[in-house]
Amino acid sequence: MTRWDGPLKKIDDYRWEIPREYKSGMRVPGLIYASEDMLDSIREEQAAEQVVNVAFLPGIVGHSLAMPDIHWGYGFPIGGVAATRVEDGVVSPGGVGYDINCGVRLLRTNLREHEVRPKVEELLSQIFINVPSGLGSTGKIKVGKKEMDDILTDGARWAVKRGFGTDDDLEVTEEGGCLKGADPDKVSTKAKERGLPQSGTLGSGNHFVEVQVVGEIYEPAMAQSMGIEDVGQVLLLIHTGSRGLGHQVCDDYIRTLREAMQRYGIDVPDRELACAPVKSAEGRDYLAAMACAANYAWANRQCITHWSRECFTRVFGLSLRQIGLEMVYDVAHNIAKIESYEVNGRKASLCVHRKGATRAFPANHPSIPARYKEIGQPVLIPGDMGRYSFVAVGSERAMKESFGSVCHGAGRKMSRHAAKRGVRDADVARNMAAKGILAKSASRGGLAEEASEAYKDVAEVVEVCHQAGLCRKVIKAYPMGVVKG
Amino acid sequence: MKRFDVVEHTADTGVIAYGADMREAFANAAYGMFSLMADLKQVREETSRYIEAEAGDRESLVVSWLNELLYLFDVEGNIFRRFDILELTNTRLKADAYGEKADASRHELRGGVKAATYHMLKVAEDRGRWRIRVIFDV
Repeated sequence: MTRWDGPLKKIDDYRWEIPREYKSGMRVPGLIYASEDMLDSIREEQAAEQVVNVAFLPGIVGHSLAMPDIHWGYGFPIGGVAATRVEDGVVSPGGVGYDINCGVRLLRTNLREHEVRPKVEELLSQIFINVPSGLGSTGKIKVGKKEMDDILTDGARWAVKRGFGTDDDLEVTEEGGCLKGADPDKVSTKAKERGLPQSGTLGSGNHFVEVQVVGEIYEPAMAQSMGIEDVGQVLLLIHTGSRGLGHQVCDDYIRTLREAMQRYGIDVPDRELACAPVKSAEGRDYLAAMACAANYAWANRQCITHWSRECFTRVFGLSLRQIGLEMVYDVAHNIAKIESYEVNGRKASLCVHRKGATRAFPANHPSIPARYKEIGQPVLIPGDMGRYSFVAVGSERAMKESFGSVCHGAGRKMSRHAAKRGVRDADVARNMAAKGILAKSASRGGLAEEASEAYKDVAEVVEVCHQAGLCRKVIKAYPMGVVKG
Repeated sequence: MKRFDVVEHTADTGVIAYGADMREAFANAAYGMFSLMADLKQVREETSRYIEAEAGDRESLVVSWLNELLYLFDVEGNIFRRFDILELTNTRLKADAYGEKADASRHELRGGVKAATYHMLKVAEDRGRWRIRVIFDV
């Protein structure tokens, strides 16, 4: 791989700018959040050039941004954030990605580590049986075509109506688990067909259900607002997205928008950056279809939440009331949203693309639940399965400079293939067991490709966002057991 | 002759498929993709599907063809191991694909492939040897 040798101008210890002069056609400068130590690995691939390419998008404002978990994607880098003016800017499916509304959801329990550890194996087996996972797995819920339209329109609300969870869950889900503007007629029949058998499935790849234990609390009062009181408390983290339905929506609209782009006379440096004006018919259709896929993903995480709760009550022989398993929050990290920001002293409606980036709204923002009005929106940042994860809260600074966004995870540093080379699942499982983590995977090679060595240290990634003032660390949690798709 | 090589990409995986002609390279790209998903030696040819794909140019045609196969996998659960390319131009493809339903009890199932992408996509011919490079979102 060719090294990227473009200019990275130091703004401060955590901010590096790619000046507009670097390439003619850049409408705004690029800005990468990183520590000096991270720059070398960032330069090892072409992710920074992708930050530059994104700066070509018509209507982009501020900076073309990249979070410290930046790595090479297609079109946009993973960890990329770009805001375009709704008035005269574009929307790009590449700024969202194939797994629309891939995201994470955190639940807290009343259980303590010593109660759960002896039963982790049984718990994982139950989750493994009750949450369909792995390649080609099909869901337990049979939905017809009409009901599919309800899922696409209502998202997690549909699931709650069907008895999978409660209204309290919706209260602490981004967008209430239902993104407005969804229009099932804008989703192709093929996409719906792919979604039908996969409703309520975890999928494969890096998707997981993880049993965690609170390891450190940095902000006790904030943690308390999230129902997290003590070190040793057990949590549950769920990571999945919109499955084949979302992949098909992305593929369909990249194709449509590539053609539309020519008609609108838009020229971008990479085909994966296909885009159309937000206000054009094609742009609006994509956003309506993307909202459907986002809703499908929220319904998916809601169903998996319900089945996970069933597994806990069965294994511990306790009521859900005793166990807890209330939701802390649910965030999307692959999505485009119409949000309002101040740009050059004026309020502007922007289309914020977050591709492997998490929304991080501050205290008192109108879009966050009443429960979190005083502390800000919880931001869930999972690390790799062998290390730890973080919960943070959003900040004012993020509103001012990163369109209310922060990092989404550790970020890969090694390809799946390289991670797997010479490494067997059994070795990875043994290494993890030595650290007190049990792992179960539905796919052969599933553990090897997700081994810790394949990822950056999420603690360094989160530290950059924390030090840069984009978010504030609240807790750190360690995995005890992981079910991988 | 080697049918394909796996390409490394930070977050994802791709293949470079080879062929004596463009048809063979298209068939091997599909074979390479399904190899990422399962051990194809264990897959029998019990069913076949007729596939048509269209696109604006031959690179995009690779993406259309492979995503059509992924669509069939998601909807019907079929893993394919042999591909007869019946007709192929730069913008149009007709093919029969042979395989069977994925069965975790008999097949070694590997990772999933979400989509074939346009990233670094290339179809090229060099002295009678065709190569297709395609990166998958996995």
